[in-house]
Amino acid sequence: MAVDTILDINNIEVVYNKTIQVLRGLSLAVERGKIVTLLGSNGAGKSTTLKAVSNLLTLENGAVTAGSIRFDGGDTARLAPHALVRRGLFHVMEGRRIFEDLTVEENLTAATFALSGRGVKPKGFDLVYQYFPRLHERRNGLAGYLSGGEQQMLAIGRALIAQPSLILLDEPSLGLSPLLVEEIFTIIASINRDLGVSMLLVEQNASIAFAVAHYGYIMEHGKIVLDGPTERLTADEDVREFYLGMSGGENHKSYREIKHYKRRKRWLS
Amino acid sequence: MSDLLFFTEVTLAGLGAGALLSLTALAFVLIYKATRVINLAVGEIVMLGAYLFFAFAAGLGLPAWVAIVLSIAGGGLVGAILERGLIRPMLGENPISVFMVTIGIGSVVVGLVELLWGTEPRALPAFLGNQPIFLGEAYVSRKIAIAFLVSAVVIAGFVLLFRFWRGGVALRATASDQAAAYSCGINVPGVFSVAWIIGCATAAGAGILLGSIGGISPAMGVFGLSALVVVIVGGLDSIAGALIGGLLIGVFEAWAGTYLGGEYKIVTTFGILIAMLMIRPYGLFGTTEIERL
Ligand SMILES: Nc1ncnc2c1ncn2[C@@H]1O[C@H](COP(=O)(O)OP(=O)(O)OP(=O)(O)O)[C@@H](O)[C@H]1O
Ligand SMILES: [Mg+2]
Repeated sequence: MAVDTILDINNIEVVYNKTIQVLRGLSLAVERGKIVTLLGSNGAGKSTTLKAVSNLLTLENGAVTAGSIRFDGGDTARLAPHALVRRGLFHVMEGRRIFEDLTVEENLTAATFALSGRGVKPKGFDLVYQYFPRLHERRNGLAGYLSGGEQQMLAIGRALIAQPSLILLDEPSLGLSPLLVEEIFTIIASINRDLGVSMLLVEQNASIAFAVAHYGYIMEHGKIVLDGPTERLTADEDVREFYLGMSGGENHKSYREIKHYKRRKRWLS
Repeated sequence: MSDLLFFTEVTLAGLGAGALLSLTALAFVLIYKATRVINLAVGEIVMLGAYLFFAFAAGLGLPAWVAIVLSIAGGGLVGAILERGLIRPMLGENPISVFMVTIGIGSVVVGLVELLWGTEPRALPAFLGNQPIFLGEAYVSRKIAIAFLVSAVVIAGFVLLFRFWRGGVALRATASDQAAAYSCGINVPGVFSVAWIIGCATAAGAGILLGSIGGISPAMGVFGLSALVVVIVGGLDSIAGALIGGLLIGVFEAWAGTYLGGEYKIVTTFGILIAMLMIRPYGLFGTTEIERL
């Protein structure tokens, strides 16, 4: 059976400033319509992997020196970052990176440039406000005054405006309370289910990532060390000890709850 | 003539000159906002705009409005060439080097203008008329009044564009976070180009107004220095700052020039600059970081 992959990273190496090698022969694939998570400890190279895919690496003086990346069947190497976005690949960067001195609505307007030259119809901001009603309440306020959770919602909201076929999500749980993490991941799961958007999800919080992802990769020092369907990874002794064991009691609770949500979702669909 | 009336006239003249400063400052702000480059050549682009108008109107004998359009377009073209040819290849380099390059550009422009048109001051063909205008009893020079009106309309237009045009959002997004702007699908290099084109076109237009008030010479680019003070006072990335800073400096320069003597103009300007740098290093309206609640 041929698998329809939307993203295919093949044996890439990434070097910063022509000297520091960060990725050493990393390969991974994202099947269309699925959520794939990429886990690893601090400094493993997760964000670097995402930046290599979205080509934002060039802004930080980094380069893919070997291997290839194919998105939706085409090689990404020669495409400018904004051109890739306009082909349906949206990168929600680490640390949210909303435009603080623009209003919430202007942040969403900025993302409409992702639709330029694509012949798709702008859908308006209603979809975003449906998933994140709180953004609607604050739509005319400056984004810099949003809480951390709301800023993350806005960052994901911008991705929705762009009508992407693949979203790269870099640590959406960063710095958020367990309750908010759960809320946001519930929405991430439903965006994937409702809209069929594929996602590559980078996380440090393994339990929450496994709760929504279909497949997982674990990386260390710039390459993949383990991969498999989430069910198998969750059952893996090492993963349990090193990734799931490390998370605190509160995360376990939210993990179970999301798992519960996901099961219910399966019964319904 | 009463003192009050005289004071009013001086102030009005100051506001007129100030509006031109605001307009030139706007060129700085646009370019700085998008590309974080302090373009010291803005003053020379002002001068170039005036000479282009001179060439089209006096040299080729074209009607004034055609010459105006061509000169402004010429300024924009120069902006496009400078951005693509010199500035973009240097992005990411040390800001001081880029700053030095813009100083170099300024000198080259002065040199070219001197080669083509010589160093002696000239007058622009009169196209604004000479009849004085009276606001109540106060006399205002017609040229200064027109310069004020045109500047005000252009600046108001920019403010509206920045707020309500999608491209204005792209510019502000790029100014706020370049990588994030890319990630939203904004053509960031395109924004750079547009900012330089609009900035230099605006400067060229300001040059036509300035030249028709005071005549032209290759040295008139020093006007750019006053405009630089305006943006530092108003905040390098603030349009409101350019507007208010320009009027402020224009009025203070007029007061100082009239009541203290012409040699005090520059002293006043730089006095305001130093005071401002001590009180508010970001300028009146410059961005300090927003503190998140
Ligand atoms: N712009 C850069 N220039 C030089 N080195 C960099 C740059 N960005 C990242 N690195 C280095 O590359 C390595 C991987 O960084 P990366 O940000 O990809 O890690 P990460 O897995 O996302 O970590 P975290 O979980 O902390 O976000 C780190 O050692 C880091 O110091
Ligand atoms: Mg990271």
